[in-house]
Amino acid sequence: MGLLTEKFDDNVLTTRVDWLLNWARLSSIWPMTFGLACCAIEMMAVGASRFDIDRFGAGAFRATPRQADLMIVAGTVNFKMGERVKRLYDQMPSPKYVIAMGACATGGGPYYKFGYTVMKGVDRIIPVDVYIAGCPPRPEALLEGLMLLQEKIRRQKVLRAPQLEEKPKAPSLV
Amino acid sequence: MRTSPEDLRAQVASLAETFSDWEGVSLQAGIDMPQLTVAKENLVPVMQALRDGKFRFAHCSMITAVDHMPEEPRFEVVYGLYSPSCNQWLRVKTHCQEFEEEVPSVTGIWSGANWLERECFDMFGIRFQGHPDLRRLLMPEGYEHFPLRKEFPRDGIEPGRLYRQWDEGRRREGAEEESAS
Repeated sequence: MGLLTEKFDDNVLTTRVDWLLNWARLSSIWPMTFGLACCAIEMMAVGASRFDIDRFGAGAFRATPRQADLMIVAGTVNFKMGERVKRLYDQMPSPKYVIAMGACATGGGPYYKFGYTVMKGVDRIIPVDVYIAGCPPRPEALLEGLMLLQEKIRRQKVLRAPQLEEKPKAPSLV
Repeated sequence: MRTSPEDLRAQVASLAETFSDWEGVSLQAGIDMPQLTVAKENLVPVMQALRDGKFRFAHCSMITAVDHMPEEPRFEVVYGLYSPSCNQWLRVKTHCQEFEEEVPSVTGIWSGANWLERECFDMFGIRFQGHPDLRRLLMPEGYEHFPLRKEFPRDGIEPGRLYRQWDEGRRREGAEEESAS
């Protein structure tokens, strides 16, 4: 850094492009306003002041998929809704992420065997980044899922090819 | 709110005056409200008279059906009517056989019956004659079953099979849309 030393004032800092882009992405994940069933109640609790998803920069629930980065599939997806879920996902701009919240979105949940109209897991139609267990999951569980997603984004490579020998480390949540 | 037996008898008596000279109509006191059993050929004129007559049943609150398999006739279509001006409920029942046989639609009398009849068709496969747009309401297009019928498998349908059916249906629909445009 010899060349740059003392050339600028204190308001300039140097960093890696990957780190900067990932930091920007993971610090402002805008979820879509998208509640399908009782999990949505927990999601609303996460948005409210007691749990406060705004602490993670993900509090700006957008009413349109075109402004959203994250789809929290909060609730039971039935076949008729599945068509719409797929369309909403296609309308989101990349990079986009999906959290399957709760048992229904993960694998059909209590409707797995007898539900005659329930999609057995939203991963049959769209790719899912994080699954959250629970029926419905506690708000803390959703926050943990969000933090896992942030860890995933932190490890993304924007400019360099992913280094295959590098094993993904277990995220530290502390 | 539960109607007391005295009230119910009074209601039936006042309705009976009106219906005594109608053919093919029988009036009973149900558990909670008076009920009228009508042959399905008479359904539309009876419903029209109920809406425009003395009691003014202006609101068709619900339409559903009961599957009495293996009895004949198999289905009992049930209409819940309400008269806001008289604060009077009435249940109307009619019977029909398998879905080749059609029940006349009451959408011409209450336009709100449109989706109620569609739901009834969706769940039981009962066809309503003269309905403007008898498509499935809650189930996806191309769904092969009528879920509230007695013959629907009690143990459910294998999840993979349900998904494949749905997926094939939407692919077919997409192809049709593309060829149409």
